[in-house]
Amino acid sequence: MDFTYTETQDMIRDTLARFLGDTYDFETRQKFINSDSGRDPAIWTALAQELGMLGAPFAEEYGGLGGGALENAIVMEELGKVIGIEPYLPTVVIAGGALKAVGGAQADAMIPEIIAGNAIIAFAYAEPQGRYDLANLRTTARKDGSGYVLSGHKSVVYAAPWATHLLVTARTGGNARDRDGVSLFLIDVNLTGIVRRDYPTVDGNRASEIYFENVAISGDALLGGEGTGLPLIEQIVDEATVAVCAEATGVMQKLHEGTLEYTQQRKQFGVPIAKFQVLQHRMVDMFMEVEQARSMTIMGTLKLELPANERMAAVSAAKAKVARGANFVGQNAIQTHGGIGITQELAIGHYFKRATMIESQFGSHDYHMDRYERIVLAD
Amino acid sequence: MDMEFSPEDLAFQQEVRDFIAENYPAELREKQDEGEEMSKEDFLVWHKILHKKGWIAPAWPVEYGGTGWTPTQRFIWSEETARADCIRLMPFGLAMVGPVIYTFGTPEQKAHFLPRILSGEDWWCQGYSEPGSGSDLASLRTTAIADGDDYIVNGQKTWTTLAQHADWGFFLVRTDKDAKQQEGISFLLIDMKSPGITVRPIITLGGEHEVNEVWLEDVRVPQSQRVYDENKGWTCAKFLLAHERTGIAGVAASKRGIEKVKAIARTEVDGDKPLLANAFFKRKVAELEVDLAALEFTELRSLAGANAGRGPGPESSLLKIKGSEIQQRLTELSLEAVGHYGAPYFRGFGEGDNEHPIGPDYAHRAAPTYFNMRKTTIYGGSNEIQRNIIAKMVLGL
Ligand SMILES: Cc1cc2nc3c(=O)[nH]c(=O)nc-3n(C[C@H](O)[C@H](O)[C@H](O)COP(=O)(O)OP(=O)(O)OC[C@H]3O[C@@H](n4cnc5c(N)ncnc54)[C@H](O)[C@@H]3O)c2cc1C
Repeated sequence: MDFTYTETQDMIRDTLARFLGDTYDFETRQKFINSDSGRDPAIWTALAQELGMLGAPFAEEYGGLGGGALENAIVMEELGKVIGIEPYLPTVVIAGGALKAVGGAQADAMIPEIIAGNAIIAFAYAEPQGRYDLANLRTTARKDGSGYVLSGHKSVVYAAPWATHLLVTARTGGNARDRDGVSLFLIDVNLTGIVRRDYPTVDGNRASEIYFENVAISGDALLGGEGTGLPLIEQIVDEATVAVCAEATGVMQKLHEGTLEYTQQRKQFGVPIAKFQVLQHRMVDMFMEVEQARSMTIMGTLKLELPANERMAAVSAAKAKVARGANFVGQNAIQTHGGIGITQELAIGHYFKRATMIESQFGSHDYHMDRYERIVLAD
Repeated sequence: MDMEFSPEDLAFQQEVRDFIAENYPAELREKQDEGEEMSKEDFLVWHKILHKKGWIAPAWPVEYGGTGWTPTQRFIWSEETARADCIRLMPFGLAMVGPVIYTFGTPEQKAHFLPRILSGEDWWCQGYSEPGSGSDLASLRTTAIADGDDYIVNGQKTWTTLAQHADWGFFLVRTDKDAKQQEGISFLLIDMKSPGITVRPIITLGGEHEVNEVWLEDVRVPQSQRVYDENKGWTCAKFLLAHERTGIAGVAASKRGIEKVKAIARTEVDGDKPLLANAFFKRKVAELEVDLAALEFTELRSLAGANAGRGPGPESSLLKIKGSEIQQRLTELSLEAVGHYGAPYFRGFGEGDNEHPIGPDYAHRAAPTYFNMRKTTIYGGSNEIQRNIIAKMVLGL
């Protein structure tokens, strides 16, 4: 057993931490998230071209760094520490993960584009009626000659306003919620009939409602088999879920550190408020949640390679634990700051907002406990 | 022991219901239902209707404009207004400075300020907290130095709720630097239009402008606007803290809140059923109802005590703690209920487009409200401070 990181992994973390330390201080972040486009594209380009970071989980033959899920977790945790809004999750972890899994000409064509920073890919999977069920789809892709016609509505697609491509889940057959009949497509964002409504999100990101109004797409947009896409989608969403747990670890660590620091400076009744034992115990509880989030992220990441059921149980265990932890650490960071914690001015509140959105991303605590029970406690 | 309303109480309840049904402004209701931002005027329409009816200050003594209702009738009133989702009345004049003025004020102060509070002519704000003095309020440093018939006031207040609308503020200021902390404080009424006052917005997590910094620079305040004796302001402050305890638990509003959460959870689908049929979610709603029942009956017991003439004691801290926790859990449940649509930030939606909506209307404020309501365990004496009070005053530790 060995939980140490390799030299390359340490290097990835250090390089990225240094870069983000220089480019992503809170004030700078606030400036670009409040700008018209909501981001600074130069950062993405630098991540790709100066740091090679967008190649972290890809094989060297594509021009990547030869890593995998652990490298993704490292990058996500560092992004969490600065509440980064870079679309690494949908582009590299999710779309990259799908392309790695299907391989072939599609991977050969797109992965280098991702690594170079030319492609930003948003993941359009959620639907108004679907909650966290990946098979609950009304979006359809109807066969039409050699291609398909896409119709439907996708909800809250993070990073879509910046995207060059969309990774879309749709039904090519079966009824809503069937496991069969689900397919995955990678399409250009500018196709005729794609209507987007863009908006900011409460955690400083940008997202869109996407309406497909009879969008003609070509046959080679299909990733994997027609109608048999669900296992692949579940796999990449599990990979994304542990990546989000890694991000949460970074966010939670900062919430905890920020609280420790503030309570040692803030004086009331003539003493630093960190002297009050009730606050000390609370900060100890926060600390324990951060440590457990880190443990569960590593556990989930290491188990991604196991057979589907074991993988899903592990990922759900991780996400359920992290969701609770993010809730606890976020709320208590604010409470312990007092009034100053609920202002936009301090970074702490923005970490809290991201922690809150992470709670339900790819499934809430309840959703994942339910999935865990169905796999592990089924008799 | 019994928990039934008397026939008189029931008749009163009906009267209140009828009055609200006939008089609550339809436009205001519409604005509320659509979750729109409330302006100063919106807050005041209902206030003015109630003033006209003579029902604006149920808690006040009749001689100053109160209704003369029994505590039970007041309870019915707050239940019914919450049930009908009436806009809340601003507490700063009616529930805070008003009672201080009629208890400690001079005849001139009473004659001038009380009618204007009742009519809604003056909007009040509360200037207690300072950057360095939150939980430890008695350490406040804003000074008032006597100068002829006036005081010259200097300092900074913060977290001042809705000071941007305020005509007047009630302030705690230090008039004796050498006395023990609590003994050198005075209670001043200050015209917010006085030269030297600057109000700067603080934007909170949900994006709202609700609180402010208030800077006071050589602000001249007539000594006739001091309430009660010089250096006795802490007495007024303590009175005020203990005074308005009915409603602190927010039971009626939380009941209404639970109904709203249920309505959302009946609309949201989870698989082939409404979310409210999801066993985990339903259990959380049920637990909240049970906790709310515990809070309600704790409040009723304390109300029965008030009926019997016993003043509210430090056990009202219990109502504040449990009430605020329930309010927060409600917002947490709403956010959970709306799923993905908790993320879009409605203040950035831009042009409306009915054909391509961004989630259901009820989802738009779920996250901002959840963020915003973290305040309830911080303000009005944080829940940690309330627990300290119970430990000391109730448990004698
Ligand atoms: C939305 C909002 C509106 C407000 N409106 C007004 C207003 O209109 N007028 C006004 O005057 N004030 C207002 N306040 C201020 C409010 O009363 C203070 O925020 C509150 O008293 C806490 O003070 P603080 O924010 O300085 O936190 P601090 O006192 O710095 O407390 C920080 C943390 O330390 C804890 N703590 C402090 N002392 C102890 C102790 N002895 N033991 C254990 N824990 C302790 C607190 O509970 C808190 O968790 C408002 C605040 C908010 C958030």
